[in-house]
Amino acid sequence: MTYSVRSATVRFGHVLALDDVTVEVPAGSVVAVVGGDGAGKSTLLRALVGEVALDSGTVEAPPKQRLGYLPASSGSWAALTVTQNIDFVAGIYGLAGDELTARRRELLDRASLTPAADRLAAQLSGGMRRKLGFVMAIVHRPELLILDEPSTGIDPVSRIDLWRLASEAAASGAAVLMSTTYLDEAERAAHLVVLDDGKILVQGSYDQVRAGFAGVVTQTAEPVRAEWAWRRGRVQREYWPSAGPPPGATTVAPDLEDIVIALSLARRNAVLS
Amino acid sequence: MIVKEFRELVRDRRTLGLLIMMPLLLLVIFGYAANFYVSSLKTAVVGPQATQVAATLPSFFDVTVTQPSGTKADAETLLQDNKVDVAFVTGQTPVLALVNGSNLFAAQSAVAALNKAGDKVKTQVLYNPDLKTSWVMIPAIIGLILTFIGTIITSIGMVREREAGTLEQLAVMPIKPSRVILGKIAPYFLVASVDMVIVTVLGIVLFGVPFNGNPLAFALGAAIFLFVTLGLGVFISTISQTAGQAIQTAFFFLLPQILLSGMIFPLEAMAAGVRWIGYLLPLTYFTMISQGIMLRGAPISSLWLPFVVLTVMALVVFTGATLRFRRDLAPGSPASPTRKRPAAAETVSAA
Repeated sequence: MTYSVRSATVRFGHVLALDDVTVEVPAGSVVAVVGGDGAGKSTLLRALVGEVALDSGTVEAPPKQRLGYLPASSGSWAALTVTQNIDFVAGIYGLAGDELTARRRELLDRASLTPAADRLAAQLSGGMRRKLGFVMAIVHRPELLILDEPSTGIDPVSRIDLWRLASEAAASGAAVLMSTTYLDEAERAAHLVVLDDGKILVQGSYDQVRAGFAGVVTQTAEPVRAEWAWRRGRVQREYWPSAGPPPGATTVAPDLEDIVIALSLARRNAVLS
Repeated sequence: MIVKEFRELVRDRRTLGLLIMMPLLLLVIFGYAANFYVSSLKTAVVGPQATQVAATLPSFFDVTVTQPSGTKADAETLLQDNKVDVAFVTGQTPVLALVNGSNLFAAQSAVAALNKAGDKVKTQVLYNPDLKTSWVMIPAIIGLILTFIGTIITSIGMVREREAGTLEQLAVMPIKPSRVILGKIAPYFLVASVDMVIVTVLGIVLFGVPFNGNPLAFALGAAIFLFVTLGLGVFISTISQTAGQAIQTAFFFLLPQILLSGMIFPLEAMAAGVRWIGYLLPLTYFTMISQGIMLRGAPISSLWLPFVVLTVMALVVFTGATLRFRRDLAPGSPASPTRKRPAAAETVSAA
């Protein structure tokens, strides 16, 4: 089963939040949506769960009973314990009795939350709270799992845990769509969607995105054209979309971060010109 | 810093509204409504000399009922139904003046006026013989507590769900909006009901306030009133993004109810220009019910008007508020013109 949004356009007043966006999420794989703030990531995810109405386009999604969603907010009830949060959500999906007990125990164990089972969600660290939100999103074994920036603002170890949980969900057959601002995380996804200002800049596997990248990225201390340059660590990088770099320039093999920034600059400079 | 503060203030329309509207509201209320002096009393005169006695009464006694065939029992019924403030029973010497003690300020004015008549009139205050303020205030305070819980606490509880982002979580779960709303308001309904019982019992035990009427009728009135206040709480939550905004907005609803419902200042003493506002407020009608049942032992049949008005308010406010809340919960529901969600995996076209 493949879920999708096709030719999706969403406007919030005069702002075009999504512009003719098509994304497919096949069962058993993780699709990562990357982009900066305001790129349209959350809008795309919320359109898929039915929280945002499309101005045009189509959505193919399972019914709510088979949909799991972790919003960008905490996704849990602060005044309930970890166990009570899980039981409340599980109850809505019809899980009860021994089945619920077994499922809760399994998920708490997988998310390393067993020691915190009786703690209030308000007392959890940011990473633990996101893992709890994740557990609540998958407690009913959804066919489509949508995670809105699950790892933003949490420590590297918790990020690894969350990625492992998302991969396990995909391995068990779920279609997983997650947004992230961490490009190293996105590189691990089976399919990448790069959004900028509501438009898709590029999509495909990491290898496909790299292979399809046109132009040259150079590394320099002093960029020739400031509008095509960005800082990476102590040096700057500069993108040459069509014309070649000046003689003697140091070219580098672009990673995903370079590719995303280069394509974003290309789009913005094209809009300005 | 000053410029920054002004910029923030201008963009915070709610606070700006509070800052501008509150002084105006207080000026209008205290200018026109804050008046304890009752200028005329609705009066009934019954008994064989009713017509003659009515003709001799000063204009302060606004005779609205004259019944030569009426008896003392008829006069008491008129007072119990709150149709008059004073009833003169003729055919005896001295003439008996029955005063409705549940309308405190009217009763105080009546007693003061009747005392000037000396031995010609025998005065008897019903329902609140010692004209105690607490007897009149406590039935109204019960309504105020229900308003507080129903409006402020409920709206904060609902908005907290929005602030935490869990409302969005609930919206994508297979739970009907009606169940979410019911689940959210049921605890507040129960807590408010328990509070109401506690305050009523304490009022009876500590202040000696009588409970002369039917407790079931009182409970029915309180339940209907609670639906109005819960509806207001839900409504406020739909127009507020934060608990702070909810409290500010609830304050707009709460203050007029305290000042213009007749709880503190008698409605009949207010200028007509602001009195009509009092008749739009639910607490006005609950106070009529609670004072009527507790003090006068009035049956539902004599309180039909406040019951009907509160019921209409409950239907309109609660239905409107829950529909707004449903819209927040299910923006993509079948009712939405832009998105449909069939029961099985589907392809949905928005075009």
